[in-house]
Amino acid sequence: MFRLELDLEFRRGALTLHAQATIDGGTTGICGPSGSGKSTLLALIAGLLRPRRGHIRFDGASLTDVGRREFVPPWQRHFGLVFQDGQLFPHLSVRQNLLYGWQRLRPEERRFELDQVTQLLEIEPLLERRTTQLSGGERSRVALGRALLYSPRLLLLDEPLSALDDRLKEQILPFLKRVRDETRIPMLYVTHSRAEVEYLAERVLRIEDGRLS
Amino acid sequence: MGLTPDEWEALRLSAKVASFATLLSLPLGIAVAWVLARRRFPGKLLVEVLVQLPMVLPPVVPGYLLLLLLGTQGPLGSWLLDTFGIRVAFTWQGAVIASAVMAFPLMVQPVRLAFRMIDVRLEQAAATLGAPPWRAWISITLPLALPGILAGAVLCFTRSLGEFGATMAFVGNIPGETRTLPLAIYSYTHVPDGEAAAWRLACLSIALAVAALVLAHWANRRAEQRLGYHDHHVPARA
Repeated sequence: MFRLELDLEFRRGALTLHAQATIDGGTTGICGPSGSGKSTLLALIAGLLRPRRGHIRFDGASLTDVGRREFVPPWQRHFGLVFQDGQLFPHLSVRQNLLYGWQRLRPEERRFELDQVTQLLEIEPLLERRTTQLSGGERSRVALGRALLYSPRLLLLDEPLSALDDRLKEQILPFLKRVRDETRIPMLYVTHSRAEVEYLAERVLRIEDGRLS
Repeated sequence: MGLTPDEWEALRLSAKVASFATLLSLPLGIAVAWVLARRRFPGKLLVEVLVQLPMVLPPVVPGYLLLLLLGTQGPLGSWLLDTFGIRVAFTWQGAVIASAVMAFPLMVQPVRLAFRMIDVRLEQAAATLGAPPWRAWISITLPLALPGILAGAVLCFTRSLGEFGATMAFVGNIPGETRTLPLAIYSYTHVPDGEAAAWRLACLSIALAVAALVLAHWANRRAEQRLGYHDHHVPARA
């Protein structure tokens, strides 16, 4: 179980984002139209952006607190983030991509081994491939596996299926469910698709016109 | 192609000066290119102009300025001489500095472009996987920019091989010390019966430049293939 407390304001260009919520336990879906600030919210939680004011706390510990000038940088937050298009490192093989975060963990911090994750996501045959040779569905699974192997405290998924067609989405969604059920890593799943959220999430928040509710 | 000992000396010196000039420019060029590609700061335009200036100025001007600054009477030159006993004006080390200054814009441009082409989100992905900025830079940014860095280094090297104006103004034309290929060619065109030697060295210069550019293109293509660029940027033939 976890507890993520958000109370923040962020502005950039035309977008103003207000988020005031406490998110705990299991898988939470955040649903909203494009341009509503969904990805921005995840970037703020991951520490890739800093809010204008407010704070973010995880299990009671402060991650960002503008008033108290506290900020934990993204590389110390230990959250996994799966980007929309995967953002696999193009100069590294699938294996090297998967192990990128894992290598940085102390042995006792590692919750999974490479074999477990590659079996779970059925990507063993891809290990020695270049990431540029992967199909869309394969890329999604490798990106997910890379974040999982880092044993995150919380997994942030930023429209991980948006680059896929409907047929592929139906193939990948069961993998996400499997990850949720077998790893018990809490997830924050951002999407514009009601169907995906209903399939995966135990709780759904809506984000609209820059307001999370 | 039989070269005389003097001609060999000019070739050897050119290679030495160009190599050291490239090595000198490389770390600074990468740093400046990165800052220009990724950072916004007051006075950035001024830095950009300063970096590009040697490319558009008459080469004699930077050479003359180097002489004023680093000559034995110059503020920096006299300090170097008094403190460390180092003299750079009219030495091959001075030729290295002149070449590095003149070739610097050519080094920075492709490296900067390479940094700009790298998606910032790749570095962000590395950060969310526990990599602090310096590690993300070494493991992601730098290898992805390698084709650009290679191109910059080759351009810097070939430009240094051809350096004439700034070298002439700053370190003169001293056989065995600062008389590089272009200066040797220039000297041979001014002595009786020098035409054959000038012709040989001119051919040699062309051959060197062609070889370096071919090598650069080949290495660039190899690096891009290794990084998987071709899969994205070149549309497959229908």
